[in-house]
Amino acid sequence: MALLDVADVTVRFGGVTAVDGASISAEQSRITGLIGPNGAGKTTLFNVITGLQPPTAGTVRLGGRNLARWPPSRRARAGMGRTFQRLEAFGSLTVRENVLVAREIHQGVKGLLRGSGSRVDELLERVGISGYAAHRADAVPTGVARLLEMARVLAIDPRLLLLDEPSSGLDESETAAFGALLRELAAEDRTILLVEHDMDLVMSVCDVIHVLEFGRIIASGTPEEIRADTRVQEAYLGAEPASATGGQP
Amino acid sequence: MSTLLSFTALGLFTGAAYAIAASGLVLTYTTTRVFNLAHGAIGMVMAFVYWQLSVAWGLPIWAALGLVLLVIAPLFGIVIERVMMRGLGDAPVSVGLVVTVGLFVGLIGVAQAFWPPRARTVDQFFGRAGVTVGDAHISYHSLLTIALSMVVAGGLYVLLNRTRIGAAMRASVDNPELLGLFGGRPQRVSMASWAIGAASGALAGILLTPVLSLDYYELTLLVINAYAAAMLGRLRSLPLTFVGAMVLGLLQSYAVGYLPSSELLQGFRAVIPTLMLFGVLLFVPQARLRVGQVKGIVSAPVPSLRRSVTAGLVLVGVVAAATPLLPADLVMLASIALIYGMVMLSLVLLTGYGGHVSLAQLTFVGIGAMVLAKLDSPSVFALVVAALAAAAVGALIALPVLRLTGLYLALATLAFGQLMDKLVFQAPFAFGFNESLTAQRLRLLGLEFGTEQAYLVLIAICFAGMAVGLLALRRGRIGRLLLAMRDSPAACGTLGLSLRWFRVGLFAASAGMAGFAGALLAGLRQTVAATDFQVFASLPLLLLAVVCGVTSVTGALTGGFLLMLLPLTQSEYPALAGVVYLIIGFGAVGLGRDPNGLANQLFRLGGWLRSQSWWPRRSYEPPLTASAPAEEVPSGVA
Repeated sequence: MALLDVADVTVRFGGVTAVDGASISAEQSRITGLIGPNGAGKTTLFNVITGLQPPTAGTVRLGGRNLARWPPSRRARAGMGRTFQRLEAFGSLTVRENVLVAREIHQGVKGLLRGSGSRVDELLERVGISGYAAHRADAVPTGVARLLEMARVLAIDPRLLLLDEPSSGLDESETAAFGALLRELAAEDRTILLVEHDMDLVMSVCDVIHVLEFGRIIASGTPEEIRADTRVQEAYLGAEPASATGGQP
Repeated sequence: MSTLLSFTALGLFTGAAYAIAASGLVLTYTTTRVFNLAHGAIGMVMAFVYWQLSVAWGLPIWAALGLVLLVIAPLFGIVIERVMMRGLGDAPVSVGLVVTVGLFVGLIGVAQAFWPPRARTVDQFFGRAGVTVGDAHISYHSLLTIALSMVVAGGLYVLLNRTRIGAAMRASVDNPELLGLFGGRPQRVSMASWAIGAASGALAGILLTPVLSLDYYELTLLVINAYAAAMLGRLRSLPLTFVGAMVLGLLQSYAVGYLPSSELLQGFRAVIPTLMLFGVLLFVPQARLRVGQVKGIVSAPVPSLRRSVTAGLVLVGVVAAATPLLPADLVMLASIALIYGMVMLSLVLLTGYGGHVSLAQLTFVGIGAMVLAKLDSPSVFALVVAALAAAAVGALIALPVLRLTGLYLALATLAFGQLMDKLVFQAPFAFGFNESLTAQRLRLLGLEFGTEQAYLVLIAICFAGMAVGLLALRRGRIGRLLLAMRDSPAACGTLGLSLRWFRVGLFAASAGMAGFAGALLAGLRQTVAATDFQVFASLPLLLLAVVCGVTSVTGALTGGFLLMLLPLTQSEYPALAGVVYLIIGFGAVGLGRDPNGLANQLFRLGGWLRSQSWWPRRSYEPPLTASAPAEEVPSGVA
């Protein structure tokens, strides 16, 4: 059974439908990709899954449990962790403190008694940003901030990781290292849902891919199936110029 | 029967005016995400403008009304939007609140400067004429108001649901970026909604003036009534807002008509909006966490424990050495400044570190003062009980607002402050109406602090202790968590932090600090009265805290000093009373986006001085580059 099961989720903002009856799932210990052009509703769907955005309709289940009306913090304690496309690092803290805070939140009252320092340094090492530990988080390059979000979310030891464009801002070698990290995490029995624009990365690490367009899932399958899917090709070929003129908000 | 009819008509009239005001409030809030606390103040100023045009200059009523509603108020709204509010919807809630409180206080300053206090009356439209049903007389003015409220409600409904700009307004509620992507123009939407909002405030103000009299505060506090009405529709739904306003108007009117006129119930009518507000708040569902708030506010430097303790000892030493040399009135002023400084420290914790806003901090000071005076015991125990009582009340205020965002918490404090003003502080079991309580000065470990001089030293010790403790908290685990929560509540939530209880604790701690300062104030003054702690005075307090720097102890100390000077200036130069508010208000509008305030400029000056070659250097001082980054003053201010 899938660890995460999103069924028929719809989100409307005023007159605009951002997500339109989307259903996706993420299998235990697998990397599931979620791709689609800008404005397709990927981040909105992430917000629904993590409880930041109540859906107009539809359900989200984690390990079979319906999460309706669960606040984000409860979902996090149930093992869900995410990163943000528009970075949500704690800008007035240092990189190390960012991860430390996450660890302390995770440990709760127990954390008051136990030190969390060594684990935090391990995490910084693991994502490869130890060199920035003492820098303020709002003063580091975007790539570092993305990896910081990665270290921070790992500090709460989640079994389901939702990663929103984690590799943008990384150079080629960093992206390769990041892909290896994702594989390692999956091997540690973590489930990953990955929103990503870097098709090479998606195709190389994902076990299953869902394609979202205008709020709807237009295709789901293995990387090979997705690559061969004519609708996906059309959507992507049609979407590239639109996203270029529409631009990032 | 005819009484019922009269009171129903009166209630519908008041409700209709509230409905007009509330719909403007809801419109600006939903489309720009800025809750305009100055909504009532705009209505107040526009009512004065209307008086100026129609009474003082003798313009025909229709011309004055047309000018105010169709030209002056909308233009005013547009100017406010362009100059002050643009981009505020994306800023942290605390910044938006401080800027609109600044506008609120600034507009009262404007009104006082242009229209100095004297009796002014505005007649009802159509004079006293009206219809008589049975024994009840219903004025045409009331009927017109009720009709106008329906026109406004209907007009807004059509605007939002049947026009292009209305659709854009509705879309911008949830997702302004998306609106931009789909070709809407968020800026035009926001200008239009501020113009309409200001006009609605003006209309409500003008309609209510013949009933409420042309007063700076009554009309300004209309925002609480409008807010209470709008909360029924969760600040979103216009039809529910309309219902809420009518219910509120009727409740108030029936309270006048049918409640027995006992002393306890005297203040009851005035607090019905607040009671309704808290009632509604209990049933409002969980608020969402917003993604994409402004992050990484440049913080004031946090000194090390050694440095803060040293600074504290220096402060106490200087005060102890200087006190015998000072004349008695200066000793008193210095004591007041330090006590206000402690109140400012409570705001450093709440606003500077925590990112939350209290609009009634002085009310907590009042609770501390009241409890100390009631205990009538000059012991440390009494001081602690006073602080704990204020903290408990603070927690009680935060509880109903537990599930909501900081905005609702701040607005609830304003309503709470008004409730305490009108219902509690003046009651016989509290300070008493036009009466005062006496308090004793502290006796501690056999030491008496009976004289002003000794008491000042005690206050300095308390301030220093509180400041050192606050900075220690800031450097530790809780300080980290506070900053994280301020920078990104959404990230904290998705990392598993339940923001609810944390916020209650934060709010209670801040209220407790204010209560502690209040208990010391009671001992200092030895007589305290309800008028010392009026809710309105909390607003300049908040603004001064922000202007001086709400992220640092230096800022708190400066703020306490200026707040001590405020009543002094106003009594020495009564003509400047309004101007002082104007400066503070618009100072906060200007500086509201930089919570480090004037203190940050002082730190920069210090940094610049130290970088000069003539500055004396200790020989063992390490080179600048080796100092810890956290203690550096960041050069770029966001």
